[in-house]
Amino acid sequence: MNLSAYPYASGGRARAVTSPSRMRVDHVIAVAGTSLVADPSGALYWPQQRLLAVADLHLETGSGFAVRGRLLPPYDTAATLSRLAGVIAHYVPRVVVALGDSFHDGKGPVRLGADDRRQLRALQRGRDWLWLAGNHDPLPGAGVGGEFEATLALGGLTFRHHPTGAAGEIAGHLHPVARIVHRGRAIIRRCFAADAARLVVPAFGAFAGGLNIRDAAFAELFGTLEFTVHMLGRDRLYSFAARRCRLG
Amino acid sequence: METATAFGVDPSPWLPEPFVRWFAGRGWTPRRHQLELVAKARAGRSALLIAPTGGGKTLAGFLPSLIELYELRRVQPQCRRQSATPHPGDVEGLHTLYVSPLKALAVDIARNLAIPVRDMDLPVRIETRTGDTPASRRQRQRRYPPDILLTTPEQLALLLASADAPYLFGTLRRVVLDELHALTSSKRGDLLSLGLARLFTLSRRMSTIGLSATVAEPDDLRRYLVPQPREGIARADLVVADAGASPHVVMLDTRERLPWAGHSASHALGEIYSLIKSHRTTLVFVNTRSQAEFLFQELWRANDDNLAIALHHGSLDVAQRRRVEDAMAAGRLRAVVCTSTLDLGVDWGDVDLVVNVGAPKGASRLMQRIGRSNHRLDEPSRAVLVPANRFEVLECRAALDAIADNAHDTPSARVGSLDVLAQHVLGRACGAPFHADELYDEVRTSAAYASLSRSDFDAVVNFVATGGYALRAYERFAKIRQGRDGRWRITHPRIAQRYRMNVGTIVEEDMVKVRLVRSRISGKGIPRGGRLLGKVEEYFIETLAPGDTFVFAGEVLKYEALVEDEVYVSRTNVKEPKVPSYAGGKFPLSTYLAARVRRILSDPAAWRALPAQVREWLDIQRRRSLLPRADELLVETFPRADKHYLVCYPFEGRLAHQTLGMLLTRRLERAQLRPLGFVANEYALAVWGLGEFGRHIRRGDLPLAQLFDPDMLGDDLEEWLAESALMKRTFRNCAIIAGLIERRFPDEEKSRRQLTVSTDLIYDVLRKHQPDHVLLRAARADAAAGLLDIRRLGEMLSRVKDRITHNALDRVSPLAVPVLLEIGREMVYGEAAETLLAEAAEALVKEAVA
Repeated sequence: MNLSAYPYASGGRARAVTSPSRMRVDHVIAVAGTSLVADPSGALYWPQQRLLAVADLHLETGSGFAVRGRLLPPYDTAATLSRLAGVIAHYVPRVVVALGDSFHDGKGPVRLGADDRRQLRALQRGRDWLWLAGNHDPLPGAGVGGEFEATLALGGLTFRHHPTGAAGEIAGHLHPVARIVHRGRAIIRRCFAADAARLVVPAFGAFAGGLNIRDAAFAELFGTLEFTVHMLGRDRLYSFAARRCRLG
Repeated sequence: METATAFGVDPSPWLPEPFVRWFAGRGWTPRRHQLELVAKARAGRSALLIAPTGGGKTLAGFLPSLIELYELRRVQPQCRRQSATPHPGDVEGLHTLYVSPLKALAVDIARNLAIPVRDMDLPVRIETRTGDTPASRRQRQRRYPPDILLTTPEQLALLLASADAPYLFGTLRRVVLDELHALTSSKRGDLLSLGLARLFTLSRRMSTIGLSATVAEPDDLRRYLVPQPREGIARADLVVADAGASPHVVMLDTRERLPWAGHSASHALGEIYSLIKSHRTTLVFVNTRSQAEFLFQELWRANDDNLAIALHHGSLDVAQRRRVEDAMAAGRLRAVVCTSTLDLGVDWGDVDLVVNVGAPKGASRLMQRIGRSNHRLDEPSRAVLVPANRFEVLECRAALDAIADNAHDTPSARVGSLDVLAQHVLGRACGAPFHADELYDEVRTSAAYASLSRSDFDAVVNFVATGGYALRAYERFAKIRQGRDGRWRITHPRIAQRYRMNVGTIVEEDMVKVRLVRSRISGKGIPRGGRLLGKVEEYFIETLAPGDTFVFAGEVLKYEALVEDEVYVSRTNVKEPKVPSYAGGKFPLSTYLAARVRRILSDPAAWRALPAQVREWLDIQRRRSLLPRADELLVETFPRADKHYLVCYPFEGRLAHQTLGMLLTRRLERAQLRPLGFVANEYALAVWGLGEFGRHIRRGDLPLAQLFDPDMLGDDLEEWLAESALMKRTFRNCAIIAGLIERRFPDEEKSRRQLTVSTDLIYDVLRKHQPDHVLLRAARADAAAGLLDIRRLGEMLSRVKDRITHNALDRVSPLAVPVLLEIGREMVYGEAAETLLAEAAEALVKEAVA
C-alpha cells in the first residue's frame, strides 16, 4: 500500500468528529475499516460495540519492585485505577478489555491491596470485563473478577497482547512512545501507533515505561516506517508520521 | 610541592631536627602558618588553615602528621619503612586520612609527599585509595592500613560502610580536608560531614585540619571541622597565612566594538591571541563547554604562529585530558582553553597569565582562577578579564572592585539534605547494626545536620527501611529492620552490595559517548569503531537529527547516528555548525556581585571606570528611559513589531529569572494578557505577548505590586512544580542519592527501558498521593537553591516590594537590547509542551497541504 507522509492519509486515518452529546472532539482512528476513538488517557473506545480497551495496566508495579528490594511508591495501582475509572465514567462501556500485562507479574493479584480490590470490583460492576493474557501475567489471576482469554475476535478485529502484525489487530505489549523535536525542545509522549490495518495501544499503567516507536520492533511490525503515531496530549491527541519522530 | 621562602621564625621548638635540616637543605624556612599548625596539632586542636595558592598549604597540612609519625616510629625505626608488605610487628594502624574533592589531587599529593618522606628517610607508608585502586590493594589496605591514606569523600563513605571500619579508623589521629571551601558547598560536603561525625565516634583522639582558600565565612568551615555540641556551637581554631602579593588584574580595554549580547568574545579574539603570544603559558578560562569549544576553534583559526594551544573540559575523554595535563606540566603548551575543570586541582606548569573570558560570576571564584597563575607567593598573579558583552563589562568592573576590597562571596553553609542522610543511614546499617538514638546523636554532631529534628531523622530511617510511605505496604520488603535488641540491621547481604554500587552524591546527566567514524557512504550503513572523543549529555543529542552539525572536541562534527549508547559522528567541512551550543556548567552571578553591579549602574560617577562604549550606552539609556536605583526594580514596557514586551532587570542570575518568567507568564495568562514566551539572561527577563502590558499597568488594572507579589511563590509555584521538567530532574537526583532507584549503568541496554520505571512517573504519582514524602521535601529544598533558585527569587521579590518603577516606552530601550538579542539564541520558555505539539502538528499539516 502506498501511504503518504501526511498524517491524516489512509494509514491510521484520523478524523475529527464532534459528538453531539459531549463538547469534546473525538480522535478517530480507522483500523481495518472500523472506526475507533483514541482517548487522550491512552484508552481505546469502540463506539459500535461500546467496548473500551486498555493496554499494559501493569498493576502492582510498585510492590513488584519492592519484592526485589526497590521500594517504589505503592500508589501506582490506585493511580492507574483512578484514571481508568475516569475513562469508564466518560464512555460508560458495556465491555472492558485489558490487553494483557494487566498485572506487573503473576503474584500481582495476590498483592493487590484491599482498597484497590474494592475499586476494581466497582469498575467491573454492570459490565463485562475481559483480561487477555500477557507475558507478565500469562495465567488467570485469582480474586480479580472478570473473564480470562488469550485473544478476543470481534467484528473483524482481533484483540491480543503481543502484536503479530495480522490485519485487524489491536495489541499492546510494546508501550509505544514518540519523540518530537520542535523549536529545540524534545517532547516525548505515550502514543497510539497505527496504520490502516493494525494498531498498537499505549501502556496505561502509571509506572509503565516506553519504547520509542523508531525502535526496530515497530518497523518489523508495520513492515515500514509508513505508520502514524497519535501522541497523547492533555485534552487531545496529536498525529505525526512515524518518520517525522525522532530516535532516542 | 609549593612552599616557602624567607619568613624569619625559629622553627626549632616545633620541628624535630631532621625536619629543620630538610627545610634548610631545600633553602626554605618554615612559614609561620606551617609552624602554627604543628603547634595546634601537638595540643590536640583541630584547625582551619586559610592560605592563598602558593602558600605551602599542602605541606602545612601534612607536616604535623609527618612529625608525629617520625616521633612515634623513632623508637622502632626498622619496623615499618615504606615496604608495601606488612610486618608482623606492624600494629599501629592508620594515622592520617586525607580527603580531597579530586581523585587526581590525591594521586598528585601522594607523589609530592613522597619527596620529604624519601629525603628524610621517614618510616611512613603513604597510599591512595580512589575508584581506580585495584581490588587486591583495597583489601590489603583494610587489613594492613598505611600510615597515611589519601582518598575522596565517596571512598570514605564506602570504607565507613564496611564491618572493618572500627578497626580501620580506631587508630586515626588526624583527618586533613583539602580544598574544604569547594567540598562543603555541595551534597558531597553533606556526605563528608556525616562521615566526619562517624570518624569522631570511632576515634576519640582524632583532630582535623581543614585547608581552604579565602572564604566569606570562615566560621562555617570552622564549625564543619569539629563535632557540634547539643547546645551552642563549637569551632576549630583558625590559622590565616600571610597574604601573598596582591594580584595584578585588569579588564581588557578592547579596541573593537563591544557586543550587546552573546558570550563568545569573538570580538576580542585577536587581543586574546596577542596576550597568549606575549606570555610563556596562559590559562584561558571560560564558563561553559560550548564557549571553550568555540574559543578553541577560533584561536586555532587565527593561529598563524602555530602556537601549541590545547583544550580541556569535563566532557573530553579522560585520556585526552591527561595528555593535555602532561603536556602542560612538561611546559610544552603555550595556552589551554579550559572550563571550571581546572578551577581546582593539581598545580602544573609554569602559568604566567590567566585570561578569564566572560562573566566572572563571583569574586571568590575569580580569585581562585587567578590564583592558578604564578604559584610563587611573593610574585603577583597576573590576570586579564575579557568581558564578552556590555553587561559583562559591568560585572567585570564589580569583580575588580571586589578584589581591590578583598571581599569574598563564597556560598554560606549548607543545611544537610535528607537524601544524603538516607544514603548515610543505609551505609551505617551496612557497616554494623545501629541504635536509632545513638545514630541520631552522632548525626547531629555534624555541622550540616546539627539542627536536624528527630522527626525528620525518623522519617529518613523509615524511608530507608520501607520507603516511608503513609500506606504501610512494604513491611515485608524492608531493607533494614529493627531487631529484638533494638538495633537496625540490613535484611539481606544484597542490600549492602547494592549500596556499594550507588554510593556518592554526584549524579551525572545521562551521557552518551561520542565516537568519530567516517561519513556514511550511501546505502552502506555506518562504519563502526572509530576513535572516542568524549561524552555529551543525552538530552542534547536527542534534539539533533542525522546530518546536523555541532562543535565538539574542537571540531565541527556531523551527527550520523545513535547506536546503543554511542553517538557516531563524522568530520565535516562545514565552517558554521548548525546547532550552536549545548548548555552545561552555568553558575549564576553571585548575589554579592549582583548588588555591586546594581550600584555601578545607578551611580554615573562610577562609570568613569568603564570603557567609553559602555558609558555611552548607559548614557543613552538614561536619556531614553531611566536607570534604576540600586534598591529598585525597573520594569519597561514597549511595543515591537506586532507584540508587546515587558522587560525587568533583577540581576539575580539566569536560573532565578527563568523561574520568575515561568511564574509571571502564568499570572499574565490569568490576567488574559496572552503572554507568548519569555527569555532570560543573567541580568534581565523579557516577556512578550499579545496583550498591551504597558497600557494595563498604567491604567491600574495590572498593578505591578501584584504582578511581582512574593505570593507567587505559593500556589503558582506549586502548580508549576507539578509539571516542571527541572523539578523532575531535581527529584531524580534525590531519588538516586537516597537509593530509591539506582544509577543507570552503561551496560544496561536501551531496549530494556520499557521495563524500567522513569522517575518522572514516580514523581507524578508520589506528588499526588503523598505530597509530604521525605524525598519530595528533599527535592523541594534542592529546587529552592538549585536549578530553580527559588530562594534567591524570593529574596529579590521581598527586596523590591514597593520599589518597582514602571516606564512605558514607545520602543525598545538600550538596556533591553541585550536580553532581546537572546531571543533566537537561547531557548524560549513559557511555551508549554502542549502548545509546541499543537504547533508541530499544525506545521506538518501546512507542509502537506502546500
